[in-house]
Amino acid sequence: MPGKLKVKIVAGRHLPVMDRASDLTDAFVEVKFGNTTFKTDVYLKSLNPQWNSEWFKFEVDDEDLQDEPLQITVLDHDTYSANDAIGKVYIDIDPLLYSEAATVISGWFPIYDTIHGIRGEINVIVKVDLFNDLNRFRQSSCGVKFFCTTSIPKCYRAVIIHGFVEELVVNEDPEYQWIDRIRTPRASNEARQRLISLMSGELQRKIGLKVLEMRGNAVVGYLQCFDLEGESGLVVRAIGTACTLDKLSSPAAFLPACNSPSKEMKEIPFNEDPNPNTHSSGPSTPLKNQTYSFSPSKSYSRQSSSSDTDLSLTPKTAPSPQGPRIYLCPSSPPLSCGSLHLKKSCLLLSDSSLAPHHCSLGSPVLRKSVSFSEELFLAASGMGSGSAGKEGGPFKALLRQQTQSALEQREFPFFTLTVFPPGFLVHVGGVVSARSVKLLDRIHNPDEPETRDAWWAEIRQEIKSHAKALGCHAVVGYSESTSICEEVCILSASGTAAVLNPRFLQDGTVEGCLEQRLEENLPVGCGFCHIPYDELNMPFPAHLTYCYNCRKQKVPDVLFTTIDLPTDAMVIGKGCLIQARLCRLKKKAQAEANATAISNLLPFMEYEVHTQLMNKLKLKGMNALFGLRIQITVGENMLMGLASATGVYLAALPAPGGIQIAGKTPNDGSYEQHISHMQKKINDTIAKNRELYEINPPEISEEVIGSPIPEPRQRSRLLRSQSESSDEVTELDLSHGKKDAFVLEIDDTDALEDVHSLLTDVPPPPGFYSCNTEIMPGINNWTSEIQMFTSVRVIRLSSLNLTNQALNKNFNDLCENLLKSLYFKLRSMIPCCLCHVNFTVSLPEDELIQVTVTAVAITFDKNQALQTTKAHIEKSLQRASADTEELLQFPLELCSDSLPSHPFPPAKEHLESASSNSGIPAAQRATSVDYSSFADRCSSWIELIKLKAQTIRRGSIKTTVTVEKANPMGEGNFRNRSAPPCASSTVGVVKMTPLSFIPGAKITKYLGIINMFFIRETTSLREEGGVSGFLHAFIAEVFAMVRAHVAALGGNAVVSYIMKQCVFMENPNKNQAQCLINVSGDAVVFVRESDLEVASVQQPTANCQPLCAGGEVTT
Amino acid sequence: MATLVLSDAVALRVRSGILEQTGATAAVLQSDTMDHYRTFHMLERLLHAPPKLLHQLIFQIPPSRQALLIERYYAFDEAFVREVLGKKLSKGTKKDLDDISTKTGITLKSCRRQFDNFKRVFKVVEEMRGSLVDNIQQHFLLSDRLSRDYAAIVFFANNRFETGKKKLQYLSFGDFAFCAELMIQNWTLGAVGEAPTDPDSQVDDMDVDLDKEFLQDLKELKVLVADKDLLDLHKSLVCTTLRGKLSIFSEMEANFKNLSRGLVNVAAKLTHSKDVRDLFVDLVEKFVEPCRSDHWPLNDVRLFLNQYSASVHSLDGFRHQALWDRYMGTLRGCLLRLYHD
Repeated sequence: MPGKLKVKIVAGRHLPVMDRASDLTDAFVEVKFGNTTFKTDVYLKSLNPQWNSEWFKFEVDDEDLQDEPLQITVLDHDTYSANDAIGKVYIDIDPLLYSEAATVISGWFPIYDTIHGIRGEINVIVKVDLFNDLNRFRQSSCGVKFFCTTSIPKCYRAVIIHGFVEELVVNEDPEYQWIDRIRTPRASNEARQRLISLMSGELQRKIGLKVLEMRGNAVVGYLQCFDLEGESGLVVRAIGTACTLDKLSSPAAFLPACNSPSKEMKEIPFNEDPNPNTHSSGPSTPLKNQTYSFSPSKSYSRQSSSSDTDLSLTPKTAPSPQGPRIYLCPSSPPLSCGSLHLKKSCLLLSDSSLAPHHCSLGSPVLRKSVSFSEELFLAASGMGSGSAGKEGGPFKALLRQQTQSALEQREFPFFTLTVFPPGFLVHVGGVVSARSVKLLDRIHNPDEPETRDAWWAEIRQEIKSHAKALGCHAVVGYSESTSICEEVCILSASGTAAVLNPRFLQDGTVEGCLEQRLEENLPVGCGFCHIPYDELNMPFPAHLTYCYNCRKQKVPDVLFTTIDLPTDAMVIGKGCLIQARLCRLKKKAQAEANATAISNLLPFMEYEVHTQLMNKLKLKGMNALFGLRIQITVGENMLMGLASATGVYLAALPAPGGIQIAGKTPNDGSYEQHISHMQKKINDTIAKNRELYEINPPEISEEVIGSPIPEPRQRSRLLRSQSESSDEVTELDLSHGKKDAFVLEIDDTDALEDVHSLLTDVPPPPGFYSCNTEIMPGINNWTSEIQMFTSVRVIRLSSLNLTNQALNKNFNDLCENLLKSLYFKLRSMIPCCLCHVNFTVSLPEDELIQVTVTAVAITFDKNQALQTTKAHIEKSLQRASADTEELLQFPLELCSDSLPSHPFPPAKEHLESASSNSGIPAAQRATSVDYSSFADRCSSWIELIKLKAQTIRRGSIKTTVTVEKANPMGEGNFRNRSAPPCASSTVGVVKMTPLSFIPGAKITKYLGIINMFFIRETTSLREEGGVSGFLHAFIAEVFAMVRAHVAALGGNAVVSYIMKQCVFMENPNKNQAQCLINVSGDAVVFVRESDLEVASVQQPTANCQPLCAGGEVTT
Repeated sequence: MATLVLSDAVALRVRSGILEQTGATAAVLQSDTMDHYRTFHMLERLLHAPPKLLHQLIFQIPPSRQALLIERYYAFDEAFVREVLGKKLSKGTKKDLDDISTKTGITLKSCRRQFDNFKRVFKVVEEMRGSLVDNIQQHFLLSDRLSRDYAAIVFFANNRFETGKKKLQYLSFGDFAFCAELMIQNWTLGAVGEAPTDPDSQVDDMDVDLDKEFLQDLKELKVLVADKDLLDLHKSLVCTTLRGKLSIFSEMEANFKNLSRGLVNVAAKLTHSKDVRDLFVDLVEKFVEPCRSDHWPLNDVRLFLNQYSASVHSLDGFRHQALWDRYMGTLRGCLLRLYHD
């Protein structure tokens, strides 16, 4: 369906002075779409021009509409020389292509220049007229909705969740083209911004096509990333979950269709009922008849996708033989039951790769118990799947078959969602992850099919097989990421293996009665914890006990997942943020040697990260991790690992054992004393944490349960000899007592330090809680005050001769200090919880560590702090109200810190300066200690901590190094769209939050996805306040542009906001710096619940936001 | 410089006991303070033209807070403004800020801000027509009170009234601002403009300049002291009425001619801009000081001035009643305000 795009340039304001002589500007505007350009008249001598132009009309294909951004350039007219550009605005017109989202984009957009930042604003009106087109072979996918939110959006109902969609497009990076040598930095930046915007438009269109093929009408959990591969190009890739969504008529009924028996779906995507009244069916009401359809899953549209997609469509049946490969598989082969090539690869390099284990553990037989979870980070959960279940066995088997059949048609049964409609998630197996190290190479022939897709396909295949090994058919909470340094790239994917309820996956082939019975059998609130794998054939060593809740099924003792806590999960106490942080030095190397070095290090990193997580979890007295995200970042001379997760105490799982410390030289008396002292400290900490997080599980005597499984815990330093067959688990009971499962052995000072660092993790100050999931488990009385913030810290390590410890300490301090300063800044919001804490680490240069944090602080009402064991969060989320707006990134503290505020003269200058406040980036430089050189200790550091007990469970590790001549990516004719646009109407308040909801408010409409990319460069870094000043200003500008864009769409909030990339590079010698930021989120309209109530009583004036910013913030 | 100020700010916050309250470390406080400075730096540009703060998109600030920010930024110190009041807001004065800073104990940075604020407001409203206070309020979004204060500052700077003499040290900014307001209301072109006389006149309708014609006309008042009969008559009228009502009647009677000469001569001299500048010095010398030395109570001064102005209406030979009222009405208000220790 071709369309007509109409643009009107209304006015400008606060333009910069371009003519020094007159202190004024002669501004005009160029409006460009595709290859067509229009110009306004020159408005002479004004900083606030009123162009009031005619409607510029572009007649274009819908394909172009999807790909291209509208490009608006403001220039200063110069009679004698070339016109000077003032700045640009890119407007993504995609939201206008949905039938129901925004109908017009209208508002003030900041005019952005990559060198000068925001330079005034421009008022623009954009409209689109679409003509219907029923062409089957269309290349466009107008109308498919995109959501960043990783749950079913609040005002929709999921009819069918189809599954995984992915796509990537590749191009040359303009920054590395030959022409870059002769053009200005501004031109280069703009070329880049435009290209990325064009590529993401194209990517979105292609994904949309795939969704249409699957008969879906929306993509949920859409995650788009770009990889700056430098010389070898620019990759923009995206994953998401295709769904068929149905708009709920009344905003009150946001429950997904869990209880609704309607399984039909609509045939035509996006014909949501335009008339909300006809649809007032609550969740339990059957929906009106819709046309039947079904998701064909595998048949992706090939014609539409770029050359590289085909690769991903072909499931690998054999180990991919392209290029020389090095497979590292230091873990136990039997675990990787799913994939053939895993085992093979193991053989390839097993000697070298396994060496460290041997030495660290003393015996090769032990491999399994310490198997690194490079890819299988299994934590387990259970249901008596298949044979294990005593009751409901047949149903489960049936369910299983159905799910299987539903899922196995799909190449990748992955879901990027982290929150699910009730009943969707049946069982959770544990975290599965895979990483692979690749060498990037210059694209010599741009027409050759791309290899990136093959790489990802390989990793996904691996994930799939791991999930299978866990007895799961699907992977939920799935995400992918990369880390690139020079020509080495680490690809990572992770997710949570799970068994899903097939009802949502397909049309209604499942018998109703079966469903009913199944549902009756599913225990409430603990079902997802039950192990999905076979008890007798466990993929990894685990302790199973009968579920502490229902006593019927088996559960593991610890559960790790990447998803959010299910709403019906029974939690005791509150949760907390748990982080594992790690640095490893590595020698500088080139190409293949480098890749090999990295892949040698990876397993140790994973192992160590996992150990830290486990220790910290136990120290907190908790037994499950949610929202686990492990990031491994590669730099020139080091690797960084950062894992964040939210620890909770699941009522269904057994109480965690303590941590036992064991010294190596038991004869030494003073040493013994020291050990016992440490032990005491650890025990105290655990007790303190239990109190802090209010973990008081009801005491259950084992006798009552009958303890059917002998508690296989052990505390002795005897290592459990794990044999190859996993059914020996129960025989391995060497435990003396059941509570002290975890033994830390201190055998050298390093280990000592590790224990210390465990203990020095400072809890947040009183009144603060933090988590990286959407909301804090155990708190559900949120008030509506929210405050989002982003903080970026850069530290420069001074010395080249660093040790791992020094590095670790630096890194640890960096993260801790970052958290501390956040707590400090947010002190006025106590009691509050930092939710969705998202840390990103990057190593932009040799000695630079950059940590970026985005989170949101939500206040809650302490008085009615109900601790619910059954958290029905949805309800709690809707509770409470009180108007507060976010302002700056932090509320201004005008009367900060008890400074006396004189009524008349405000006394000294520093008072007032200190009192104006806002949070963003604090970049800091630290110099760190220099130390003796780091040789190749990587093989021995693993001795630092020995885990004796069985609790570590992992699958196999495989690190693949593919040394491959990467071939040119389809250079292609990429069209673009969606870009760094920006807008605002009359300065309305736009809230930004990384959460998918707004406490105390209802989201009434989704206006479309916001996906923006900005570059900022400076050649006067010092003058702009150094790194801190530069970043601070840039991030504030990005926020402003995001808000403006949302406001122009008619929205008043961005939910699921995420800063996906923040790449900072500096050259202090040249006084230069550059920063790239990529942000995304969903533009929405929300209405305060208090307003809703008022509106119902009084007049419908409730939802209009006050002009120029909102209410008050209590400071 | 900046770092010095930063460390001062940090030290100040440390002294407030914030570290103990929150358990934060000094490093955290330092970086937090730096953040504040950076944000302030970004805000400061906008504060220079407050309407921009209203429309800017970078920060979302609720209106009440915007108002607070502006108000605090444009606030000034009494001690500082007394030093600068009536001086030309030029580079020359700016150079003296060091001395002012030392003298008043206000940091140089703060002095600069206050000075720049004065100058900025002055520049913007200097050439503007219409009410001075309204102009300031409209362009700087200040509160009514602060707008009036700035109007006084602008008025004084424009007319260069001398306020720094030792004799005048006892006067506060409030005293001057009070006088400025009266003068703006009655003695400027704006005051005339509102009168029905010449609503569309080409003469600049401005509040900042004194009405030149009016100042010229003031010479006519000289007859009140030059004409001996008129002066005597005036005196007797005043004395008759006030007899028995003043505690210092005899002193008043003795000084009447001197005081009257002083007040009328001040008026007559206002044609010269040099004498305009010395207006306050003259008023204090010619009226306030003599009265004070005789220990006139304020109430007696009020009675005297009221009677002194009113009696002129009974002088048949005097034709400039309106002019006298315009002059004396304002002067009476000013003198009463200036008459204190």
